[in-house]
Amino acid sequence: MARDATETRDFGGSVKMRYSAFKIFMQGLTGNKSWKPVWREPDPKPEYDIIIIGAGGHGLSTAYYLAKEFGMRNIAVLEKGWLGSGNIGRNTTIIRSNYLLPGNQPFYEMSMKLWENLEQDTNYNSMVSQRSILNLIHTDGQRDAFVRRGNAMFLSGADAELVDAKQLRDELPFLNFDDARFPIKGGLFQRRGGTARHDAVAWGYARGADSRGVDIIQNCEVTGFDIQGGVCRGVETSRGPIRARKVAMCVAGSSGRVAALAGMRLPIESHVLQAFVSEGLKPTLPGVITFGAGHFYVSQSDKGGLVFGGDIDGYNTYAQRGNLPVVEDVAEGGMAIMPMIGRARLLRSWGGVMDMSMDGTPFIDKTHIEGLYFNGGWCYGGFKATPASGYCYAHLLAKDEPHPNAAQMRLDRFMTGNLIDEKGQGNQPNLH
Amino acid sequence: MIINHPILGPRDAAEFVCLGDACMIDRPDWEAEDAMQQFHEYGYLRDNPAGQHQELWYHEQGDRSWLVLTRNTLTHEITKVEMARDVARSRGRDK
Repeated sequence: MARDATETRDFGGSVKMRYSAFKIFMQGLTGNKSWKPVWREPDPKPEYDIIIIGAGGHGLSTAYYLAKEFGMRNIAVLEKGWLGSGNIGRNTTIIRSNYLLPGNQPFYEMSMKLWENLEQDTNYNSMVSQRSILNLIHTDGQRDAFVRRGNAMFLSGADAELVDAKQLRDELPFLNFDDARFPIKGGLFQRRGGTARHDAVAWGYARGADSRGVDIIQNCEVTGFDIQGGVCRGVETSRGPIRARKVAMCVAGSSGRVAALAGMRLPIESHVLQAFVSEGLKPTLPGVITFGAGHFYVSQSDKGGLVFGGDIDGYNTYAQRGNLPVVEDVAEGGMAIMPMIGRARLLRSWGGVMDMSMDGTPFIDKTHIEGLYFNGGWCYGGFKATPASGYCYAHLLAKDEPHPNAAQMRLDRFMTGNLIDEKGQGNQPNLH
Repeated sequence: MIINHPILGPRDAAEFVCLGDACMIDRPDWEAEDAMQQFHEYGYLRDNPAGQHQELWYHEQGDRSWLVLTRNTLTHEITKVEMARDVARSRGRDK
């Protein structure tokens, strides 16, 4: 669909405006009275070509790229609650492509390149900020590992920069360099890494998909699948049955629950990851800092709060809240590496349900049921993958063959032995 | 969470580590015809239920016993704590 300079046609009949600084200026002069809702609220049609279950970041980006890059139009995205109400609204907003293994790194670098052009592509301010991400080094062995990782990043076209302690002291003087247990010996930067505005990512994709004719149907819970003779022909929902040629699961932490409706068991456990925000502070942290050895990472939001987190709690849960031992552990990690964080007051904390896979790597694949597709197992790294996950899932749905960058993210890889285990932890999801 | 240990009484869950679904007690027969399939399911596939869940916990910072908890994954409420040994024996295992 052609986009002219100022407007795109809205399939609901109204006219959708294209955002620009000029529009904001004009709206400001006229009392901001003529902003329009940016997506429709359609009723479900009886049949679609493709149904995507889950209007989270990945589901909406899948719909967006299906419509924009693969020319599909007759698509519905079904959402149990409101769009963007899952992990896309509950994460710590970090974007990066600093993985190691060949099954992962090209995929995440593809995602990073999509992030870099996301705002121009969707005409929506996702506040992508390439403020850098740093992994801290404490030992010679760790330095060797990060040199190897940096080289793997170069091979995929990403950037990496190894720095020594002296340079870090100049850049980040507030870190605790002389800790007895974890003295800082250097770090691996990815300067193109950073953060984005998580909700705006969902909203931008939703607006882009909607304006291309995708029906985003909220408050529509999938309650079952219509599977006949090993072929999926649609879904049962709280708003009635809907037929489809292809049905695409994309429900992250709820993967186990939805897959069970199709009689599937997955190589996934659902766990809770907690996150924390301090009161708003003046600009303090230039980028994202990760203290992997102490299970702690922190960045500063544009609003000023320090956004930080650590490990998952470690037990199966769908509760979207964690327990106090991890709060204490994260606070200790923060105090160990960045003692000044003790001067900030904690404003709030929350938990999100992580679809932890058996090797720490996600799945974008067909299932054994014809016409039923699966996207999940993102562990606690789904946000950064949002653009590439949607693009590769759209590729799979449109062409019935995997995108080269996601070709190893298969559901049967534990049977075939082709695991992608970044941490080398084996088949225990709470260790990834 | 507080885990009511059958021998030691109520203990802080932070003393324990969770291994996962208690289905791991039921190790398949390696000599079975379909042992490959069975071990794939045993090692990698999980029910991952929202609700009652039986799971293995190890008292690492305590008496190093293995426990089977029946815990609700929606509320974190623990309704039953058994020694894993007893559960394994009740399922026909000899140890």
